[in-house]
Amino acid sequence: MGTLSPESLAAIRVVFFQECEEHLAEIEAGLSALQGGDRDPETINAVFRAVHSVKGGAGIFELEALVQFSHRFETALAEVRAGRLEPDPEILRVLLRAADVLADLVEAGREGRSMRADRMAPLSEELAALAPASAEPVEFDELNFEPRPVVFQPLGATGRAIRTWRVRFRPYAGLYAKANEPLVLLRELERLGRAEIVLDASGVPTLEAFDPEDSYLSWTITLATEHDEAAIREVFEFVEDDCELSIALDIGDLPPAVATTQATFEAEPLATAGEPHPEPAPSIPVAGRGPAAAQTIRVDLDRVERLVDLVSELVINQSMLAEHIAAEALNRRDGVAIALDDLHQLTRDIQDSVMAIRAQPVKAVFQRMSRLVREAEQATGKRVRLVTEGETVEVDRTVIERLTEPLTHMVRNAIDHGVEAPERRLALGKPPEGVVRVSAAHRGGRIVIEVADDGEGIDRERVRAIAVERGLIADEAALDDEAIDNLIFAPGFSTAEALSDLSGRGVGMDVVRRGVQALGGRISISSRRGEGATFLLSLPLTLAVLDGMLVSVRGQSLVAPLSTLIETVQPRPADIRRLGPNASLLAIRGTHVPLIDLGQALGYGRQAEPLSAQAVALLVEDDAGERAALLVDDILGQRQVVIKSLEANYREVEGVAAATILGDGRVALILDVNAIIASQRRHADAPERPSVAA
Amino acid sequence: MSSLEPKTILTVDDSRTMRDMLRLALVEAGYRVVQAIDGVEGLKLLEVERADVIITDINMPNLDGVGFIETVRGDARHRATPILVLTTESEPVLKDRARQAGATGWIVKPFNPTKLVDAIRRVAA
Repeated sequence: MGTLSPESLAAIRVVFFQECEEHLAEIEAGLSALQGGDRDPETINAVFRAVHSVKGGAGIFELEALVQFSHRFETALAEVRAGRLEPDPEILRVLLRAADVLADLVEAGREGRSMRADRMAPLSEELAALAPASAEPVEFDELNFEPRPVVFQPLGATGRAIRTWRVRFRPYAGLYAKANEPLVLLRELERLGRAEIVLDASGVPTLEAFDPEDSYLSWTITLATEHDEAAIREVFEFVEDDCELSIALDIGDLPPAVATTQATFEAEPLATAGEPHPEPAPSIPVAGRGPAAAQTIRVDLDRVERLVDLVSELVINQSMLAEHIAAEALNRRDGVAIALDDLHQLTRDIQDSVMAIRAQPVKAVFQRMSRLVREAEQATGKRVRLVTEGETVEVDRTVIERLTEPLTHMVRNAIDHGVEAPERRLALGKPPEGVVRVSAAHRGGRIVIEVADDGEGIDRERVRAIAVERGLIADEAALDDEAIDNLIFAPGFSTAEALSDLSGRGVGMDVVRRGVQALGGRISISSRRGEGATFLLSLPLTLAVLDGMLVSVRGQSLVAPLSTLIETVQPRPADIRRLGPNASLLAIRGTHVPLIDLGQALGYGRQAEPLSAQAVALLVEDDAGERAALLVDDILGQRQVVIKSLEANYREVEGVAAATILGDGRVALILDVNAIIASQRRHADAPERPSVAA
Repeated sequence: MSSLEPKTILTVDDSRTMRDMLRLALVEAGYRVVQAIDGVEGLKLLEVERADVIITDINMPNLDGVGFIETVRGDARHRATPILVLTTESEPVLKDRARQAGATGWIVKPFNPTKLVDAIRRVAA
């Protein structure tokens, strides 16, 4: 590829595939808009340009299949853009599927593999059928040379022999109008060999008649070169239509008259402004339909990560400072106290701003659902319309990446088991097209995503029966509707039959739930029989940082996520009820909750009995709504901590979700409240088990 | 114009991939490169930057190549500035329109860096 180094090319290749993602999103958005009735010319223009750009880049990196397919796609779009092809629903369906195949080809190109022809060929044919017979892209020529039929004496053997050529060159005015410069061309000609240049200025008129815009000069060049005619003609490639040009072998001492009987290139008359081609010009300039003129810049992800790390350390450093100052009791002095407060606020603001840099709208994830729905429609024969809300809701990058999987399963589930087949829907008096609504919103410091379908809802009888059959619940167990609905998340509920071939990967909802919980999220489902079901997914806004309550247990620092904390309580001995050797209950607000000795639960050792007067407990709630009171030695206050993975740095530990580094440099473990409560339930009648102490 | 100073080339293309490719090839060849993402930005840059040669794409948002060329040619300062258009094999019509608008020459995408430099040499003094 010329003189470019492999490293530079590799770097640009990365850029190309990044850009492709944007182009693909642009195509999807534009075609969807067209589907929705948008007929703004700029919309189809943008889609065209996006495909065109993909094609261009694909050419650079010699992704042949991608070039061919995008060329056909582009040609079809050109027809729509020119108004020759009406984008009716059928056509749009083809175009949307073409967009999907294009995405697959890009993916294949990125990974350096080829796509099976049968995936691509049918759609390629369909696209070709949409456009009149058009030229396929030519194989990339080394020489951008179009041979012109010229009458010539047969040339001798092409070799390295030096031959003499006679070139006659007379520019027309148009040549200058396009900013071509004969002297530059002559200079280039000279590079080919030894040249003798003779100027003919006989055409120059007197000063009165002289028009500076016109052309009066011509040149005759005798060129001795080993290059062939093609190379000579190439020098004049840009100006061939704007000049008289003749290139002929110099037959030595023949009189000029004879020499000029060689073919003289007849220049075509300059085309005038009016052109015959029906293709209308794209509107210039165009009112952008894109986002507002908010300026953006591209930043290397590494730089953002580094900034996040630095700011996290700043936060830690700032709390260290606060602790030291508190230790020195310096903060009694107003000046220091105020300055410290300011610093704290400033640090928080900086951190929020930095996290906002990484925040991205969920739009990209939602857009992937469009394709998913299309494929599901094809696979199941059902008709589904996807509606999205809250695309602009932003979440940290760390969460965005993990959203796709659970969302995919929820949408697949909704189409698989929720939405009925079109005939059935008609029989039920519903529109034949089902609706799946995906929405995102911020709620209570978290992001909440709903996937709602208007299908048949959960068949509770059947779910219950399956659960009993699989031994998940006792036959006579009394469960309310909501509990039955959420049985689909129970481990072992789904089997091969329940999973449609859509998923292919054979993942049950229980795996989905565990994945969500690993993110610190919750997932549940609610349903109205005959009307539909709604999945509810809630996730923290970021997986990088956590607001927590710092507590101390047997000298160890632990952090309880604030999202699980209801309140802190000071249990009085009178409120405690013993149930057995390993279980106690705390009476609180007219109800009883399990009282868990955190030190014991994590293996640090039992708390001394009886309960000390300073004992405090955290009243917490897990994802299922189960509550417990966690007994701790001391509550040290709220902290925002940076989450560091324990598994990555150590190994998975039960009861512990992750770890963090405190202001004083100590490591604090972040509690997994779900696991602790569940564990307590299991151990209520079981002997003690060591866990974390090691 | 001193032949010792590197020539400045303004490239106008909305594709970042293409901009990076052009920059790479042109800087290698010893040119100074200034870049714009579309015709509007290109015009703004021409107000403050010298451009010995302009290389522009045709399909761009906001102000496409043909419109850009027309506007540039309409400005007395740039009537004689060489303009090369980036075109693909399958766009002879577009290439003609660009030429009618005043394009000096063209470069076919995907471009070969050697050919790119050849094309520039043919138009730049």
